[in-house]
Amino acid sequence: MVGPKVKITEDNYLKIKDICASYNNNPGELINVLHKTQGTFGYLPEEVQQVVADCLGIPVGRVYGVVSFYSFFTMKPKGKYAISVCLGTACYVKGAEKILDALKSELKISEGGVTEDGKFSLDVLRCVGACGLAPVMTINGKTYGRLVPEHVKEILAEYAE
Amino acid sequence: MDTIKLTIDNREVEVPRGTTILKAAEQMGIKIPTLCHFELEGLALENRPGGCRVCVVEVVGRRNLAPACITECMPDMVVKTNSFRALNARRTVLELMLSDHPNDCLQCPKSGKCELQALAADMGIRDIPYKGQQSQYAKEFSPSIVRDANKCIMCRRCESVCHEYQSVGAIGAIERGFPAVVSTAFGKNLTDTNCVLCGQCVAVCPTGALAEVDNTGKILRDIANPNVKTCVQVAPAVRVALGEEFGMPAGSIVTGKIAAALKAIGFDYVFDTDWSADLTIMEEGTEVIGRLKAYLAGDKNVKIPVMTSCCPAWVNFFEKFYPELRDYPSTAKSPQGMFGATVKTYFADKIGVPRKNLVCVSVMPCVAKKYECEREELGVNGDPDVNYSITTRELARLIKICNIDFNSLPDAEFDSPLGESTGAAVIFGATGGVMEAALRTAVEVLTGETLPRIDFEEVRGLDGVREATIPVPGVADLKVAVVYGLKNARMIMEQIKAGECPYHFVEVMACPGGCIDGAGQPYHHGDASIIRARHAAIYEADRRMPLRKSHENPEVQAIYKEFYGEPCSEKSHHLLHTIYFDKKIKFDID
Amino acid sequence: MAVKMHILVCGGTGCSASASHEIVEELNKELVAHDLTDFAKVVVTGCFGFCERGPIVKIIPDNTFYTRVKPSDAKEIIEEHIIKGRKVQRLLYVAPDTKQSVPDSKHMEFYKKQLRIALRNCGFIDPENIEESIARDGYAALGKCLTEMTPEQVVAEIKKSGLRGRGGAGFPTGLKWEIAAKSRPGEQKYVVCNADEGDPGAFMDRSLLEGDPHSILEAMAICGYCIGADKGLIYIRAEYPLAIHRLQVAIQQAEEYGLLGKDILGTGFNFEIELRYGAGAFVCGEETALIHSMEGKRGEPTFKPPFPAQSGYLGKPTNVNNVETYANIPVIINKGADWFASIGTEKSKGTKVFALAGKINNVGLIEVPMGITLREIIYEIGGGIKGGKKFKAVQTGGPSGGCLTEKHLDTPIDYDSLVAAGSMMGSGGMIVMDEDDCMVAIAKFYLGFTVDESCGKCTPCRVGNRRLLEILTKITDGNGTMEDLEELKNLSAVIKDTALCGLGQTSPNPVLSTINNFWDEYVEHVTEKKCRAGQCKALKKYMIDPAKCKGCTACARACPVSAISGTLKNPHVINQLDCIKCGTCVEKCKFGAITVR
Repeated sequence: MVGPKVKITEDNYLKIKDICASYNNNPGELINVLHKTQGTFGYLPEEVQQVVADCLGIPVGRVYGVVSFYSFFTMKPKGKYAISVCLGTACYVKGAEKILDALKSELKISEGGVTEDGKFSLDVLRCVGACGLAPVMTINGKTYGRLVPEHVKEILAEYAE
Repeated sequence: MDTIKLTIDNREVEVPRGTTILKAAEQMGIKIPTLCHFELEGLALENRPGGCRVCVVEVVGRRNLAPACITECMPDMVVKTNSFRALNARRTVLELMLSDHPNDCLQCPKSGKCELQALAADMGIRDIPYKGQQSQYAKEFSPSIVRDANKCIMCRRCESVCHEYQSVGAIGAIERGFPAVVSTAFGKNLTDTNCVLCGQCVAVCPTGALAEVDNTGKILRDIANPNVKTCVQVAPAVRVALGEEFGMPAGSIVTGKIAAALKAIGFDYVFDTDWSADLTIMEEGTEVIGRLKAYLAGDKNVKIPVMTSCCPAWVNFFEKFYPELRDYPSTAKSPQGMFGATVKTYFADKIGVPRKNLVCVSVMPCVAKKYECEREELGVNGDPDVNYSITTRELARLIKICNIDFNSLPDAEFDSPLGESTGAAVIFGATGGVMEAALRTAVEVLTGETLPRIDFEEVRGLDGVREATIPVPGVADLKVAVVYGLKNARMIMEQIKAGECPYHFVEVMACPGGCIDGAGQPYHHGDASIIRARHAAIYEADRRMPLRKSHENPEVQAIYKEFYGEPCSEKSHHLLHTIYFDKKIKFDID
Repeated sequence: MAVKMHILVCGGTGCSASASHEIVEELNKELVAHDLTDFAKVVVTGCFGFCERGPIVKIIPDNTFYTRVKPSDAKEIIEEHIIKGRKVQRLLYVAPDTKQSVPDSKHMEFYKKQLRIALRNCGFIDPENIEESIARDGYAALGKCLTEMTPEQVVAEIKKSGLRGRGGAGFPTGLKWEIAAKSRPGEQKYVVCNADEGDPGAFMDRSLLEGDPHSILEAMAICGYCIGADKGLIYIRAEYPLAIHRLQVAIQQAEEYGLLGKDILGTGFNFEIELRYGAGAFVCGEETALIHSMEGKRGEPTFKPPFPAQSGYLGKPTNVNNVETYANIPVIINKGADWFASIGTEKSKGTKVFALAGKINNVGLIEVPMGITLREIIYEIGGGIKGGKKFKAVQTGGPSGGCLTEKHLDTPIDYDSLVAAGSMMGSGGMIVMDEDDCMVAIAKFYLGFTVDESCGKCTPCRVGNRRLLEILTKITDGNGTMEDLEELKNLSAVIKDTALCGLGQTSPNPVLSTINNFWDEYVEHVTEKKCRAGQCKALKKYMIDPAKCKGCTACARACPVSAISGTLKNPHVINQLDCIKCGTCVEKCKFGAITVR
């Protein structure tokens, strides 16, 4: 006869509390709080959203409603190397889908997926604004431009360990 | 008044500035269909997202169609509500909606009451030209509510009620685009959220996306079981609403017919929750008097205000949101709970049936009562005091299933000894009723004198927050408040937290207008006049009663004599009072 | 000794992605090595616009324009150009038509037809140095407004200039300010800059903010002065880290210089600016959705009225303009409304920045006077279609716009002509397509975008666009019927007519405009199951020419779905029902016997 329990480590709990406090626990700052929190944890799992909701004094449903609305926020951890393929129009007309297909078959994962070893994750995004280099992809923020499918293997090899 | 003239469907009309096209058309007898739009006029409940787009009309000179529900009339506007362009768009929008809606009207809990179904019928939809992906969410069950998100049309009425009216926020829009739907955080079961099961989402949902858990089948099986005895209790608000399900005007008082119907269905004992409402006043009233006296005597430990505890959604609310203040509400069980506890002890003994062979059912205007039945502390060793609860709507179905012609039923009486009640009990069904009933008893007890007037008009009404000062000669000026809607309850709790609550006694009900618009009542589809009619009927039923003060109820007096001794005795503490729990979400930090 | 030469290196996102910062390092190293730091200075600037040939290095004062520069070229640039005054010929831009190298930017076709007002400072100043901005009249307009003009006079000037919103719809900016100024006087108000550039294939705002952040800050302060607001908010995509960084630097510098903050220039006017980050939702470009997002909510639009000017951020009067709109403000104040109004067409004044991309030689950021023709943009500034292919269409307005074709090439471009042609100005994305692009697939691409980005609030957009996409997919999969084409038209019209916000109302535009302009392509997909551009995979047909097939079985063995049958040394056949059109057989065939139709 008790309420639901949410498990979280003290360290993480305090980190989130600090982030929220740095925005005066103002619910109007929810999106900024989530940006910072995702920046800290890499993603926004359920327990993290619960703590955010608690600190800001809003229902967790509102937090989740926001997290699931914006494509920037994710509840799944990304790979060690997060690959984003630009599917903006400029990249699309220059064959970005073929780059995406090559990555999918090379990594054996689909969009939004993470390789089994957690090394790579694959996402698409809409325009990084480097249309002059189309088609473009980024790996952990580093931009690779003027791609052809044959480049994919070489580029992934840069991340071999 | 600042008015403007415009033309709707070739007729000129003059309306106050700020009137929507929908309202202006309505006053001309033009009914523009709506779905997401929802308003309980005068009860502060409103949802106007302008999202469904079925109310679009053509405004001459405007680039696109205008949603009538939210577009204000402008001077000299020319509106066509039934031009081909508007009709085609409206039909297409409806077809789109239906193209992502399960086609299972026959099995749907809202069938016949569904606003989407009615609209499709009115518009003569015979085929849905759009085939494509449909939402695939799993059905989800809680003790009170069934959610079928596949039937959600994103009207957001439930979200408005849950967030703005109740300040709970258990359900809201998640995801975006085609997958967007109203659901819980992380798609969890309602029971694992901060949902208080008030069920107002069910009450306002236009489709079958939200419905009550149906217990009618259980009743039929239990009645047919030769090894158990069945008894049933009926809550006050049911008697002023059930008639609507049988075509009677809103506000018809059908108490006698209900008793007759329940007997015809085959219950062994047909009792009245009104009886235990009177009992509640004895217990709660005594507690109020005790706490008040201690408070006035300067006892710093006593918690004031006393708050009522009849409403199960309110109990869930303070357990989940304000557990630290759970000493404020009265420990008295709800009338349903008191009834169950008495039936399973006193009455079971009286008829010589072991409690496990006695099935106690309640008919409630409420869906949260279903959950209350399941509370462990309201039972003995897993045997609930009240086995389960059905809503007013379920009772209507049960009556139909059992081939009973409700309208021609002659009135019957409730059985004794748990059937007699007073006018103070029946007003429990409306906001302010518990307060008034308590005052009728408490003031007499405190002053030792018969009340010069029984009607405490000052606590009646349909405003969400009402306060009054009741002079109790020789004792104090009693400051009381009556609120409904949990947002208003939250306001009181915040006042208490801040040490700024000026009241001695506060009544809280979760639903608009109290139990008369409980989530288990016949659907009103936003027609506030129905609620007003029920409200009036409650007070009419009170007036008709020969006895109107709980402490004058002879069957209540009898049970104290026979069984409980006196109000707040040890025995009644054991059986008629309860404890509350801290159900706030906790962080298990390691 | 005063610095005589400036080496400008593009530090925009595109060139940065091509390691322009390493070029800067190398150049500086060489300057130090040759003891030239007093003579020449390396400046990291914003975007030059000529992204196609990035990274770009430009030498001032002679305007030499080096393209595709590598870090290893730094040594030669310093030793040859800076020291000896000889241009590094191999790095100069080569005109695609004449094949001649062009000595400086003034002679490049790309720049000749451009008129840079909003982009006036991009590529000329170090955006992280406020003094360079001030040297080019930065904050002069703010000073003039605060000391010489009343708010009403400023608004009148903006109105007179004819400036219209550059975010898409083209609402007159001065009028917008006037409404906000008159709304609920005396209350807290807000100035918002919409920098949530979400149009895929457009990067105007990003380049402006990266190249000249101070102009935006200045304009926002001017707006604050006009409407009576002391607080500005810039809503910017979180995906634009460089722009965010430069804005932060700029805000800090402006505060230090007393150009933002309390009592600006001693006039008693207060104005501060904060950043708010978008989180990946195209719909937040719609101003009511943007405001909800800034309030920490789901970015769902609400019905207007009330307009933000009446009830916006936190329920207060709010003026929302886009980045490019603001970028025009200081120039209008400095040079006068009459000067601005002399540029452009009757109803569309001034210039417009476009992000030119797709199948065009000179991909990049351009700014042209309103009224220029598409032909001038594509064939003169853009250098024509890549690879000598045939021009097919250009999409303006992104997912909300439509395509313009051959017949529109000589139409003067402005707000109204684009709408008349079935497209719209939009924020300025301009994607060029050639004969290899399937217009049905393009419509499907844009719809896919809208479906992903729909907020889901209203039925026509939430369900209708999904159904539109499904019908388009059916067509590109070769299962479309003529009835489907009719349904596309009806559904598109209804969505346009009934959707709640600008995103929804314009979402069918790519479908309608491709239907209008390329109806026969749609019909071909349906009746002949043919995609003339060869883009629709499902419509491809792989066939074995029995005359060429030697029966080697290589294709049959390689086929992943065993769709090829035949016996050794006899011609093989592809079972069309099983074929998944992966193309493996074509690669395996040594005899060129397999053709694709």
